[in-house]
Amino acid sequence: MSEPFLPPQHKEPHEDYLNATYGIRSWLLTTDHKRIALLYLVSVTFFFFVGGIFATMIRIHLLTPSGALVTPETYNKLFTMHGVAMIFFFLIPSIPAVLGNFLIPLMIGAKDLAFPKINLLSWYIYIIGGCFVLYSFGTGGLDTGWTFYTPLSSIYSNSAVTPAVIGIFINGFSSILTGLNFIVTIHTMRAPGMTWFRLPLFVWAHYATSLVMILGTPVVAITLLLAGLERMFHLGFFNPALGGDPILFQHLFWFYSHPAVYIMILPSMGVVSEIIPTLARKPIFGYSFIAGSSIAIAVVGFLVWAHHMFVTGESTYAALTFSFLSYLVAIPSAVKVFNWTATLYKGSISWDTPMLYALGFIGLFLIGGLTGLFLACLGLDIHIHDTYFVIAHFHYIMVGGAVMGYLGGLHFWWPKITNKLYPESLSRLAAVILFIGFNLTFFPQFILGYLGMPRRYHTYPPEFQVLNVLSTAGASILALGYLLPMAYFAWCMRYGKTAGMNPWPATGLEWKAPSPPPTENFLVTPEVNWEPYDFHSRPDLGLAAGAPLAPAHGDD
Amino acid sequence: MSEHIVSPKVYLVIFFTLMTGTAITVWAAFHNFGPFNVVIALAIASLKATLVVLYFMHARYSPQRTHLVILCAVFWLGIMLALTLTDYTTRPPHASHLAPPTRSHPAPV
Amino acid sequence: MHRTGELYGQFETLEQQKESAALGMWVFLVTEVLFFGGLFLAYAINRHAYFEAFGIGSNTLDIKLGGFNTVVLIMSSLTMAMAVWSAQVGKKRLVSIFLIATLSLGTVFLGVKVIEYKQKFDHHLIPGHGFDMRYRTENPSQTDDPKEIALEKEELGKAFTQDPDINAHGQLYFSLYFAMTGLHALHMIVGAGLLVWLIKVSFRGRFTPQYNTPVEIVGLYWHFVDIVWIYLFPLLYLIDRHR
Repeated sequence: MSEPFLPPQHKEPHEDYLNATYGIRSWLLTTDHKRIALLYLVSVTFFFFVGGIFATMIRIHLLTPSGALVTPETYNKLFTMHGVAMIFFFLIPSIPAVLGNFLIPLMIGAKDLAFPKINLLSWYIYIIGGCFVLYSFGTGGLDTGWTFYTPLSSIYSNSAVTPAVIGIFINGFSSILTGLNFIVTIHTMRAPGMTWFRLPLFVWAHYATSLVMILGTPVVAITLLLAGLERMFHLGFFNPALGGDPILFQHLFWFYSHPAVYIMILPSMGVVSEIIPTLARKPIFGYSFIAGSSIAIAVVGFLVWAHHMFVTGESTYAALTFSFLSYLVAIPSAVKVFNWTATLYKGSISWDTPMLYALGFIGLFLIGGLTGLFLACLGLDIHIHDTYFVIAHFHYIMVGGAVMGYLGGLHFWWPKITNKLYPESLSRLAAVILFIGFNLTFFPQFILGYLGMPRRYHTYPPEFQVLNVLSTAGASILALGYLLPMAYFAWCMRYGKTAGMNPWPATGLEWKAPSPPPTENFLVTPEVNWEPYDFHSRPDLGLAAGAPLAPAHGDD
Repeated sequence: MSEHIVSPKVYLVIFFTLMTGTAITVWAAFHNFGPFNVVIALAIASLKATLVVLYFMHARYSPQRTHLVILCAVFWLGIMLALTLTDYTTRPPHASHLAPPTRSHPAPV
Repeated sequence: MHRTGELYGQFETLEQQKESAALGMWVFLVTEVLFFGGLFLAYAINRHAYFEAFGIGSNTLDIKLGGFNTVVLIMSSLTMAMAVWSAQVGKKRLVSIFLIATLSLGTVFLGVKVIEYKQKFDHHLIPGHGFDMRYRTENPSQTDDPKEIALEKEELGKAFTQDPDINAHGQLYFSLYFAMTGLHALHMIVGAGLLVWLIKVSFRGRFTPQYNTPVEIVGLYWHFVDIVWIYLFPLLYLIDRHR
């Protein structure tokens, strides 16, 4: 258990997944989960830029009350395309398809996922779906909002709805197949001794995420299919003039799209659950509660969707039901925050970049999550529904939560993925810049929303200008926070220091594979006989001899 | 998957049970049981589906994990139907195109 | 390309490979339940709201063809299960025979669906332009029984007074009919493709008591498609038949 899993005569440099085969075909036809993860890294980053460009245009446009940049019709297209690109093609795949794909087999001691070819198929399906959506963007754009409410999307919109709906439909299968792959892998491919309660919490988080992916995504698929059919063949599912019902669309749409937000946040929470114990040198507090809360979020998350529909004429009884359930779903998230905090307490915290992102996550997710409860409160929602309050709420979760978790994870596992170290001072600075820029962008939006500024409007009353300008200023700082990591990650591939097998050091099984790992991950199948995050029983981690580890505060 | 081999005799029994169920469903459709027509139809269909799942799909002889997967599918479908109906059945009459009709326009299920 | 029966590289044992394949197919079927489930939800809401239209629509379906198809599909599930059994007991010839039987029955099912769809087309019951529930009763063909037509005309007239928008609502019924049976037929076509592949492999004698996973998991898929039809038949064909 104290030696890496390599044959005795092994010496550097070794063949790893990056240099095992060369040429573009070996990448485009790979079935190695690690290479597929990198394929996804490139494509989600591309879509992040696409969504980011639209965000930039939105913020510039909103510098003046009457709109500084585009026509009203174009503005509708900007916020729609920003949402579609970011949600379906960046946030939902990001952590699962990049970090999940790369790490899950390593973390459980397997050679690959259960279905490597299906994994590659997932990526191709993602690309094809993306092409349809890009085609839609390029041939008139999309102005229905990412929520595609009918009958605007199915009948009246003159924008390129049909290719977009086809693209998102196709992309849904990418998500479904990834989730399927993860579930089967985690059930059947664990190394001997890797019991369920020895799994890293990152794996638990992805198992829960995969449950949501396979149970929810098919519903949005059929919904968009129906909306597309309605548009193409003038059917009447959602058209009141033909006896159809727009509310039915909303129910079907939100049945997926609410759990979808848990697809976006659960993996991020999994990342935080890995970073915090490692960089506080302390076993995680309440392992089984964090594992269980991931499953609880996945399940209860399916019961709350109609909180997006409070103002559509729901009866008091239905609204109360969904409001109550929405409060319930906050509890497992709170459990996690308490456990992370308890882990940090009396820990030996090192302020490495991943820890900065993890701490940022906890603070910003707290704000985002609590403001979600404001929105779930029926009386308040009447006032703040469809205002910038909602936009601030979900950006705190999506960016302050999900994206910070994604960046933190990239920084945490970069040494394993590439065997390179990024420049530490610059990376810390970038994290701080991002945090400041983010808050400056989105905090004013809480105030704007509370004061009544509606969302999806291309103009606003002049008294809101100062806050809007602050928000745009923040966005420019936020952009810098995003660009810096891209720059130094690229730089460090050429000039960065060698990372070695376990620079942090961390206790997970993935850190026992070489950096970068060979194609088959482990040359000898590992046998696991240690508990997760158990720093005390791991002399192989080379923590300073005799130095007391932070006292463990109980487990389970 | 367990290697329990189901005998063709069992398959035949199940097949004839399914045929009988189909016949009963059709027979019941031609009689007026009021609102219970759809209940009977769904009940028989569910019974048939259960037999197919248990015997043709070998769920009866599969590990517990398979049972959990099947229950999850049914449960989640149930959530989608039940919670959506909590909205539809509690909307005031004529508030939406598909709200429950008022007494003057009864719609048998 | 791996030959069937070999251990794929990511697995440690054949048992693990088999377990993974089966679990993978079951999880996939869960996604299919939710996929069709959305359509069933749309059906439930609309049927409750437009019962007359759904009744009229349902009565235009040929119950003999629908019932025949139900029998055919359940028989194909039997032959599929027998194909798995044949592999499990090492009767390689029987595997191919039962697989071919399953494919044939599936093809019969699809053929009947084509006939039914054509009927709908002839009677102007395809949603979109030209949809008209009254078309058949106003333009009966030679082969139609005049008493039946008169009865239907009367039913339609009554329904129109109860629900003046019955043409639009009837179009909703038929939109759902085509969406649900169309999606189901698409799944059967995919299933037929899988069966063709299985038959080819079975000719090479590859399915044995030690290795018959592909037959088992295609079987799971095929049975699922049968289950969807088990629900579709009463819900679409048997509404308000007791008029």
